[in-house]
Amino acid sequence: MKLKELEGHLGSLDQFPNPKIELEQYPTGPHIASRMLFLAENSYDDVSNKVVADFGCGCGTLGIAAALLNAEHVLSIDVDPESLEIASLNAEELELDMDFIQSNIMDLRWRGPVVDTVIMNPPFGTRKKGADLEFLSAAMKVASQAVYSLHKTSTRDHVKRAALRDFNARSAEVLCELRYDVPKLYKFHKKKEVDIAVDLWRFEPASHQS
Amino acid sequence: MRLLTHNMLSSNIKGVVNGFPLRIEAEKVLEKNVEMNSDFLKKMFEKIEWKAFVEASRGMGYTELPEEADSSMLDSDEFLNRFHHALLELHLEEGALVCPETGRRFPVRKGIPNMLLHEDEV
Ligand SMILES: C[S@@+](CC[C@H](N)C(=O)[O-])C[C@H]1O[C@@H](n2cnc3c(N)ncnc32)[C@H](O)[C@@H]1O
Repeated sequence: MKLKELEGHLGSLDQFPNPKIELEQYPTGPHIASRMLFLAENSYDDVSNKVVADFGCGCGTLGIAAALLNAEHVLSIDVDPESLEIASLNAEELELDMDFIQSNIMDLRWRGPVVDTVIMNPPFGTRKKGADLEFLSAAMKVASQAVYSLHKTSTRDHVKRAALRDFNARSAEVLCELRYDVPKLYKFHKKKEVDIAVDLWRFEPASHQS
Repeated sequence: MRLLTHNMLSSNIKGVVNGFPLRIEAEKVLEKNVEMNSDFLKKMFEKIEWKAFVEASRGMGYTELPEEADSSMLDSDEFLNRFHHALLELHLEEGALVCPETGRRFPVRKGIPNMLLHEDEV
């Protein structure tokens, strides 16, 4: 599938009708999401024929992008039932078979090295401090091949240190820096759009054990 | 939820030691065709816990999988077809996943298991 076509499909998805502030619900826009998955597939071979998990899937964008790029099995997880319902309708609309689970990412227990790749746009941790690294920690335990994630550029050193030292990453690499327009979803945002710099990361976990 | 997902999930309640596999209570199972990818199946065969998988498939009303399996069976198309069907084409649409140790039920509605824990289970 071509990049433009992927971006077009992602642009047609329904997104959070009533975003919940405490869960940091804002979608990854089609531009960023399509490039993220396209890169994972075409530069690293981490998507097609793989088992992919989407942590904090919201309305499903990243997992759907993986399924459109021929991931063999996609498992998307969110704590919020309303988002999951929309995500599953979005998948159905595109005739994709995907699995969804309602759970707190921090509370799931996994068996075996079945998941190849984790993709996520975790909460940046502006509402619940440390949520970004909690997601990363969980993802590094589950993925056997790679983790793709977005983090604020201002946290770059911190993320790198945590990944390599605390989560045993074999590698931690910023693939590109992006401008992320977080729309004015919340009253406490003063400007109409808050444009922040985010990094697209790729982490490789240490050889998997569990 | 498909059985590949079931095979990687464990009960997550605090204090539970043997939370795998979750027992399946099926009220409604859907079948959806997926194209078979034999390379993928061969890779998955190494990662799947077979016994739990067979048990789960029976919980879904599918009884065609052999009790025991080894990798030599992957040369048989018939075996691959069955493995494929059970792993990727059966969906638990309504029912529950039950913790093998405590009996706690995690409901499955519209295909989505609710694994949220109560406060005293975290
Ligand atoms: C920034 S949004 C990203 C949504 C979606 N992945 C996307 O890219 O459009 C973060 C998502 O994580 C979910 N979330 C927040 N905390 C969570 C937790 N502890 N466990 C599971 N999901 C969580 C939120 O409900 C929200 O959907």
